[in-house]
Amino acid sequence: MSVPFEGLIPATDQDAIAGVPARYVAAPATTEEAAAIVRAAAEKNLAIVVRGAGTKQDWAAPPRKLDLIIDTGRLTGVVDHAAGDLITVVRAGTPLSELGEKLAPAGQQLALDAPILSSTVGGTVAVNMSGPRRMLYGTVRDLLIGVTMVRGDGVVAHAGGKVVKNVAGYDLGKLITGSYGTLGLVTECVFRLHPLPAAHAYVSRRVAGVAEAGRIVAAVLGAQVVPSALEVSTAPDGGIEVCVLVEGVPEGVRGRVETTRFLFGGDAAVSDTAPDWWATYPWGPGGVGFKLTAALSAVPGLLAAGLAARERHGVPLAVRGSAGTGVLYAGLPGTTSPDVVAAVLADLRAAAGRAGGHAVVLTAPSAVRPQLDLWGPVEGLHLMRRVKEQFDPDARFAPGRFVGGI
Amino acid sequence: MTTAATTDIDALATRLRTVLGNERVISDRQELRTYECDGLAHYKVIPALVAFPHTAAECADVVKACVDAGVPFVARGSGTGLSGGALPHADGVLIVTSQMRRILEIAPADERAVVEPGVINLQVTRAATPSGYYYAPDPSSQQICSIGGNVAENSGGAHCLKYGFTTNHVTGVQIVTPDGDLVRLGGRAPDAPGYDLLGAFVGSEGTLGIATEVTVRLVRLPESVRTLLAAFPTTDAAGAATSAIIGAGVVPAAMEMMDALAIEAAEAAVHCGYPAGAGAVLIVELDGPAAEVEAQFVHVERFCRDNGAFEIRIARDDAERALFWKGRKSAFAAVGRISPDYIVQDGVIPRTALPEVLRRIGEIAAERGVRVANVFHAGDGNLHPLVLFDDAIDGQAERAEEVSGAILDLCIEYGGSITGEHGVGMDKAKYMPRMFSADDLDTMQLVRCAFDPRGLSNPGKVFPTPRLCGEVPGRHKGVHPLQEAGVAEVF
Repeated sequence: MSVPFEGLIPATDQDAIAGVPARYVAAPATTEEAAAIVRAAAEKNLAIVVRGAGTKQDWAAPPRKLDLIIDTGRLTGVVDHAAGDLITVVRAGTPLSELGEKLAPAGQQLALDAPILSSTVGGTVAVNMSGPRRMLYGTVRDLLIGVTMVRGDGVVAHAGGKVVKNVAGYDLGKLITGSYGTLGLVTECVFRLHPLPAAHAYVSRRVAGVAEAGRIVAAVLGAQVVPSALEVSTAPDGGIEVCVLVEGVPEGVRGRVETTRFLFGGDAAVSDTAPDWWATYPWGPGGVGFKLTAALSAVPGLLAAGLAARERHGVPLAVRGSAGTGVLYAGLPGTTSPDVVAAVLADLRAAAGRAGGHAVVLTAPSAVRPQLDLWGPVEGLHLMRRVKEQFDPDARFAPGRFVGGI
Repeated sequence: MTTAATTDIDALATRLRTVLGNERVISDRQELRTYECDGLAHYKVIPALVAFPHTAAECADVVKACVDAGVPFVARGSGTGLSGGALPHADGVLIVTSQMRRILEIAPADERAVVEPGVINLQVTRAATPSGYYYAPDPSSQQICSIGGNVAENSGGAHCLKYGFTTNHVTGVQIVTPDGDLVRLGGRAPDAPGYDLLGAFVGSEGTLGIATEVTVRLVRLPESVRTLLAAFPTTDAAGAATSAIIGAGVVPAAMEMMDALAIEAAEAAVHCGYPAGAGAVLIVELDGPAAEVEAQFVHVERFCRDNGAFEIRIARDDAERALFWKGRKSAFAAVGRISPDYIVQDGVIPRTALPEVLRRIGEIAAERGVRVANVFHAGDGNLHPLVLFDDAIDGQAERAEEVSGAILDLCIEYGGSITGEHGVGMDKAKYMPRMFSADDLDTMQLVRCAFDPRGLSNPGKVFPTPRLCGEVPGRHKGVHPLQEAGVAEVF
């Protein structure tokens, strides 16, 4: 099979994205090569989806059109790690795990404990993936200080820079974060780093119900524990695990662990290893995954709504996430019938709305997805369409994957 | 003779008065003069009109009226900005949000406060403190600057080293778009679906619309705060101490440095009693859980001594802490005591380049015969050189301007930024092409075109050259009645 221009290879069945076959694959090694490919693709009017490690290509909606996959597998490596300035410049195709290994010898970390560590930096930015420690360190939007991207017309643009404190120009890094690859191809990211803590401990307890979990969560938030993470996770039998991660200097961690144990009450356990559910999504391969958000005080209510939906629809709905920030995830087996998934989603969406947040479907099997409104209500959608129209007027990048069919 | 432009403005004033009432629209030339500048007082432009909305709906009506008339508008909060971001437009309306000053809700259980844009920064903390919370971003002007202005400028402050900037603390806004629509971005919960337009809006310096309501994070008041003031013989020694502290993995709440000239000015102005003979003082503040703070404070003290601190003071109470900070927070104004005129510069360098950059600033200043006092957020490399001059002496202002510009070039040369917290505004738009390529600036302006295709919202700020946006989407207003009647032409 011939390819329309140099640098492409024919795609295989394995390259299909959420059931949509691709025609070609390109794997540029530099920003310049990537820009040349996008320019050539623009001339041929090819639709592009960017792929990192491919760990979340079943997230969001399938592309409406797919000609070319730009694989970032060769756009890898740490370009710079200025340890004294606590920043790193890293190419988008670098896996998070590899970046972590590069930074650790200097006693530093990119404080993104994302649930999928084999994900690339670019993929993590694209879907705004975060983990339990977002409570202390924030998310991609708080850590990404500079970005290099290729626009749909092949123009290379930078925003931000290599210093943490910087208000020159618009913060395109935030706009790109969570944009699901619809605004352009990110080739390089600059992140602020944090020191690795000298000590840490997990305090956890299993409680019978939402009321007790809510009491513990509120107590920890109101105390002087300064947790790095405050997580809850439902167990299949209706119980709820609550777990706090405390990080810092050994002297400090000891005292805060004691405070936390006191606040937890009962038989709280202390460990230096995380529970096995920690920083994992509550769904398996091919499952249905939801992201639920809430105002902080409404988290117990949202949790309760999740458990109620489990009862009402007779499904093994699992709910897990950051009670300290108001971001929960819920999962169903991929074999759940589409009607039931839709009914559960309706319940969760109503509950999240009451809680001041949203319920979105992150992933679902292709048999289920067409029956779901993945995103629900989106404020400012008309402005988002205009942003897309400006950045990518030909809908070159990931057409149809994002909110409102963007 | 009445020009077309003034006829338009008269018609607009009439429309605004029907919306806001007579007393909340200013058109008298003398009264307008009050609003001719913001905190960067050497730029002055008298606006055509000033309007004072009290509600989001009124603010939207004012913007709609501007859009219909094709008249630019500029939002202004307390007018304390230092980059001319709220400098009026001569043919435009200055929309002052300082009368929208209600704190709508303090919600400790949600760790949020909801406020109107005219609320003063410090008032948020005052309102939240009884519940054990505070609002973390603390620009030096926090006693007068408004939250709306903070959102526009993505304001920082001494404590953003640990806690981040305004953008990290705003979770939701209601804005009037440059079309005059009210739109909510974000909210009380995190991670709203869709593009992070909130992230783009914060720090856009009034070019993407006007915030009419702001939801901010409240942070739990720390259990313990320890503050140390260390005097060093030189800025190099203080810089080395800074590096040692950061290198050891300590993240202070704040770490601030002043050089000898800045100390001299602060002494003259507020008698803060800093150690005599210091070439530099470093203020380091740690906060957090008590045991954590105690353990790290010992290290900080040692790093200061090891790097040549000849005197270390530890604040015994809040009063003493306030005294340490008084010198630092009043430093800009204090320079007025030792120099008739001065330029406050705001640039950022990688923190590790501090000693080298300070030396080069010294050389540049010496070459041009200009004095430079240095005050800075040492922890994050945010420099605030104060370039001193006397406008009464021929050529001094020009030389000071040269030195100030050369300092920004240094920041760029070392991989930093032309502004860390004061914004680009009117003042630094011309430096943007030194930091960003034409393609970078073009790409940023795609966002502007999406929000404000007509270019009416604070035009002339941030970007040196406006981008043409192509076809204007959305509302089409048709032909202006005055144009139709042949009274006015559209320019």
